[in-house]
Amino acid sequence: MQDTLFQFVFRYSMRQQIVILTITVLSFPFLYFSLDLPKIIINEAIGGKDFPRTVLGLQFDQVPYLLALSFVFLALVFINGGFKYFLEIYKGKVGERMLRRLRFQLYDRILRFPLPHFRRIPQGELIPMITGEVESVGGFVGAAISVPAFYGGTLLVILFFMFMQDVVLGLAAISLYPIQAILIPILQKRLLHYNRRRVREIRRLANVIGESVRGVTDIHANDASRFFRTRISDRLGRIYSIRYKIYRRKFLIKFLNAFLGQLTPFFFFSIGGYLVIKGDLTLGALVAILAAYKDLASPWKELLNYYQQQAAIKVKYEQVVRCFDPARLLPEPPLATETPEEDAPLGDFKLANVTVVDDHEFKNLDDVSLDIAGGEHVAITGIETSGRFELGLLLGGLLPPTTGQLTLGGKALSRMPRERLGRRLGYVGNDPFLFAGTLKDNLYLGLKQEPVGPGEDSPEWAAYEKQYLAEAKLSGNPPLLLAADWVDLKRAGVTSQEELADRTIEVLGCVGMNSDLYEMGLRSTGDFDRDSETGARLLEARRAIRDRLTDPELGQLIEPFDPGAFNHSASVGENIMFGASVEGVLDAASLGQEAYMRRVLNHVDLLDSATEISIQVAELMVDLFSDIDPGNELFERFSFISADELPEIVELVQFIKDKGARRLKAAQKSQLLSLFFQLVPTRHRLGLINDQLIMKILEARKEFARDLPDSLKPSFEFFDPDKVNRWATLQDNILFGKVVYGQPKAKERVGEIIKEVIDSLNLRRTVMRFGLDYHVGPGGAMLSPAQRQKVMIARQVLKRPDTLILNDCLNSLDGAAQIEAIARIREECRERRVVACLSQKELAQLFPRVVTMDKGKIAEDAPVLGAVAE
Amino acid sequence: MSLVEEVDVIKRIPLFSKVDPARLKLLAFASERLTFDDGRFFFRSGDEGDSAYIILEGEAEILVGEEEAVVAKLGANELIGEIAMICNKPRTASVRAKGEVTALRIPKDVFMPMLTEFPGMALEITIELANRLERTTQQLVERTMEGTEQ
Repeated sequence: MQDTLFQFVFRYSMRQQIVILTITVLSFPFLYFSLDLPKIIINEAIGGKDFPRTVLGLQFDQVPYLLALSFVFLALVFINGGFKYFLEIYKGKVGERMLRRLRFQLYDRILRFPLPHFRRIPQGELIPMITGEVESVGGFVGAAISVPAFYGGTLLVILFFMFMQDVVLGLAAISLYPIQAILIPILQKRLLHYNRRRVREIRRLANVIGESVRGVTDIHANDASRFFRTRISDRLGRIYSIRYKIYRRKFLIKFLNAFLGQLTPFFFFSIGGYLVIKGDLTLGALVAILAAYKDLASPWKELLNYYQQQAAIKVKYEQVVRCFDPARLLPEPPLATETPEEDAPLGDFKLANVTVVDDHEFKNLDDVSLDIAGGEHVAITGIETSGRFELGLLLGGLLPPTTGQLTLGGKALSRMPRERLGRRLGYVGNDPFLFAGTLKDNLYLGLKQEPVGPGEDSPEWAAYEKQYLAEAKLSGNPPLLLAADWVDLKRAGVTSQEELADRTIEVLGCVGMNSDLYEMGLRSTGDFDRDSETGARLLEARRAIRDRLTDPELGQLIEPFDPGAFNHSASVGENIMFGASVEGVLDAASLGQEAYMRRVLNHVDLLDSATEISIQVAELMVDLFSDIDPGNELFERFSFISADELPEIVELVQFIKDKGARRLKAAQKSQLLSLFFQLVPTRHRLGLINDQLIMKILEARKEFARDLPDSLKPSFEFFDPDKVNRWATLQDNILFGKVVYGQPKAKERVGEIIKEVIDSLNLRRTVMRFGLDYHVGPGGAMLSPAQRQKVMIARQVLKRPDTLILNDCLNSLDGAAQIEAIARIREECRERRVVACLSQKELAQLFPRVVTMDKGKIAEDAPVLGAVAE
Repeated sequence: MSLVEEVDVIKRIPLFSKVDPARLKLLAFASERLTFDDGRFFFRSGDEGDSAYIILEGEAEILVGEEEAVVAKLGANELIGEIAMICNKPRTASVRAKGEVTALRIPKDVFMPMLTEFPGMALEITIELANRLERTTQQLVERTMEGTEQ
């Protein structure tokens, strides 16, 4: 990357800068003329004699002459404005493209950092650099040449004009510039210093915040929140004092500038006035100079601003780039993969006298020589500092040897193109991390090396694509489309999406995730308009459940949805809506705020009694929870009111006691109403919902369905016994009812029934397919660490690598599950090479060959008797 | 039976008799009321002690051993299974409904957070448990004395 900002600017926007410069220069004659014109108007048109005059062969009297000149002036205003407008827009475009390029380059650098570099650089500091800090750099790039050129030029033109009028006055106008030119850089220097410190402090702040989020359980477990609060406050304190210093300096500079600027007219009035009285200067010239001086202020201010800005931004750029410039960057990937040897196997691993030394001169691997043939299954074991983990990294091509050679089929691994390794090597590391998105997104990552198909194709889409690609190219971004089809079916050895899903399920079964996948599937929703076949099957399952409910024992476990009947196991809100919505749109806790719902209640004359019940519930909640610690889990599980909301409700309840419910404001009422909607009669056993109320609620259900606003329609669907619901989960669609409260182990028993029905209808695989669309949450947080590790292994198995390297990646599984997983992975990969770095010896014994590491050396390399040979 | 009535029942149980009624209300609110059919097990010997039960109506039997011999009967207002829940131990006996039984299930993950939240409640329960231990020790001493006298 370019070391300085101006190198970066010239390297990537030379042509655009020249355009900016040319247009700027072109604008100057117009500017000069527009300055000169007032003088002509005053001296010649207003104060002149000898009319009519002949200009360009036309005759003018005094008034038409004045008007003509005035219109010329007006035209010049437009022309000057036009130049400025064009330049600003053009600059903006150049700047935004350069910002995009810079951000991309920085991100690209992160992907090319050698792995050990990540140990040195906190991720919390990288993020603000790319997101916040470079933003101003982008804005500046457009201005880098044009501002000094335009405003500097303008300034010179104006000064030239002044000198043309009178040398003495010209000198007066610039008399104070030297003072400013000396004083301001001195002040500026301190300011820069503080700016640099501010940037550093902000980065640290970002890092402390990031750390607190990642380590929040440890903070709570150690009751260290006071310490962390103080830590952040300490950072904020530093930032405050730096910012305050910056503010003071900045203001001082501003003040000096303004003050000196106002001194200059003093010279004009005294010297200029004297000259006019003496008759050495025309009044018109003095007026023009005063007008010009007014115009002088803005370019001068811009230039000073520019000077301040460029100094700060140069520093920022250099500071950022330095952080992104480690030694030994990985090479940039080519845009498209070249795959002449795609299917050639990698061949034998051969380590010859490999030594790996870390930053602290510690030998992680010490003169290791090792051969692993293609198709061999090997375990590498040893204690944590034995070098087993580093050996795994090395074999995965993620850690280069310091000395010695690592070859694959006779070729140095370091020389092998990254994409070939990505294709043929399946490396699984030990950090259970998934990317936010669906399970499928994560599993197919190994199949997404490059786009293999066009993806979506509609005419307007094509136009967008074309524009997007052109723009990406101009900013030096890769000309590839995210919406393209990236999943390469061939790599998984399948020919269609359906086959891929089936194969994925098979692989997940191999790592022991089938029942998890099934559960995830049951909790998923699906677009059954598109997938009507599955919809029909789910209805079949629904009918099967319904048939079983005639059995009295099962019948008491499920209360089915009935359009004409109240469901005692569902909340009041659910009973009224009688449908399912997109998560977070119409949930009971926010239903009171929904204006349409209030209208419905009002219409069926339920609003008053609903409010009354809400008040009773509010009183109960205040009674039960007001002296419970907000962090207590009981709060989240049982309170209708969140801990932050409770103080407000406490006040409301007190208000009602003092002044009566009639005095409540509408907003307060709707806040309370959500309590009514959350009530589940059989669960909460408060005896508040009587038969008369039930009748009203059923009326409200009809009313709610009658006139649902268009804004809600796309995210809501009513329950219909003969239709699957787009927004309800698979399980809810099959059950079409509620598990009742008050039956021992009801949830488990219902789960069993669902399972039986699904199996009898052969729906298990369909449900599991839905599980593939399950959202794993940020970092995979919705999954357990063991599940995450299983997904990571499955991802590699799915891409059918030549060699599977499992580097400590089973440690979140429990003992029995580890043994089972190893056996199944070995079976699945019986024709591939498997290298497993494992901490437990007993697990290593499951492999036919065990390499034991100790202090960076191979202590033992022996076959295991009795292990299953491949 | 409403929440208030349930609180009354809980209050009659010695372990909870001295506990602030406001806490018992929360305990009742957070518990489940379950109906057991005749012959359905509350839990079986060896199960995890994940909850305690208070019988509200009906009768239950305690069964021990592999042959599941009935050793005792429990009626309304009695507390079952609190020891396994508090001590984090598997169940030592099985309990089965005899006829239809209504009971309040107090889950461990409700009971334990309440103890941490309300030290006063924890104290009352500790005192009650200590009293119980005292009585058992007393009985043991009396029996041993009887043994030596004979």
